[in-house]
Amino acid sequence: MTYESMLAETVAFRGHKGDVGEAYYARPLGGGPWPGIVLIHHMPGWDEWIKEATRKLAHHGLATIAPHLYFREGPGSPDDVGARVRAAGGVADEQVLGDVAGSMEFLRAQPYANGRVGVIGFCSGGRHTYLAACSLDGIDAAVDCWGGNVIVDDPKQLNAKRPVAPIDLTAKLRCPLLGLFGNDDENPNRDQVNRTEAVLKKLGKTYEFHRYDGAGHAFFNAARPAYRPEQALDGWNKVFAFFRKHLATAAAARAA
Amino acid sequence: MCSYIVEKAKLLGSAKGPSGWMRIDTANVYYDHPFHAPLDHALGIDFISEADGGRERVAVELSAASARELAAKILAALATGEVEHGKAARHAPAPVPAE
Repeated sequence: MTYESMLAETVAFRGHKGDVGEAYYARPLGGGPWPGIVLIHHMPGWDEWIKEATRKLAHHGLATIAPHLYFREGPGSPDDVGARVRAAGGVADEQVLGDVAGSMEFLRAQPYANGRVGVIGFCSGGRHTYLAACSLDGIDAAVDCWGGNVIVDDPKQLNAKRPVAPIDLTAKLRCPLLGLFGNDDENPNRDQVNRTEAVLKKLGKTYEFHRYDGAGHAFFNAARPAYRPEQALDGWNKVFAFFRKHLATAAAARAA
Repeated sequence: MCSYIVEKAKLLGSAKGPSGWMRIDTANVYYDHPFHAPLDHALGIDFISEADGGRERVAVELSAASARELAAKILAALATGEVEHGKAARHAPAPVPAE
């Protein structure tokens, strides 16, 4: 019998401009070395499903940190804090990138780290992932799960907090990218996913896109009617395979 | 859809939250992913007092059909109420716009 164990807890991390915030961190116990993952939460915030996903990645041999991107609006429950952020028009891209970079530093500072770091994000976090993969050094693999607004068709959507459409940064993409999308999603819709892939292809980037019939937005999320167990199972397996391929040493083999 | 689109309604009134009654001056209204309701998208309303910093809220997350039903019932209740209490309703103070 294989002994399995993990530790999941709230930790402090140093993010954008040195601000210290809270993050949820789950890692396998045992010697490692383990790859690290930064999990970027979705627009509703740092909720229970995000923490479940963090533990799921740890179960598969990935030390995973999910920074609370709204911590500066605290204290308060994640939903109340998220409401304040929404009312303020969301968080600035620059701040998110700083928090992701700080989370990567946290991961690499751990004694059991194998030195390789991936990023995964859902919904708005998928967009943040694309942005990070095009903007930050040190990301070895990135997974964009149905990130909307990577392509910005209406320039009025650009503002001081989100000044650049991520698609326009694609030339700077510096790691392999996995994209998972539901064909019934409206943001990103099929056309936008196709156009994103066309840009990646044209620029010779390393990427994998997988599209799922019968699925829309957020089809991993078991707390929503959008949940599609069959597609989610396949999608998660693609995530683990992608991270194993690009990040793993001996990690992730345990739960595969 | 992660849209960040919020409609703001200026209000005059009160709401009862975890700390008891509070005055409110704003409703932030949006249609997006909910935090709690088992829906893919929900009409959310956060009743807050911006004048007091907006940190406490009374929140609801409703299905689109529920929200439309509620909007219709609000208008219906006002219409019947104004018949019964016409002068009082018409002479109620108007909301004070935020600075």
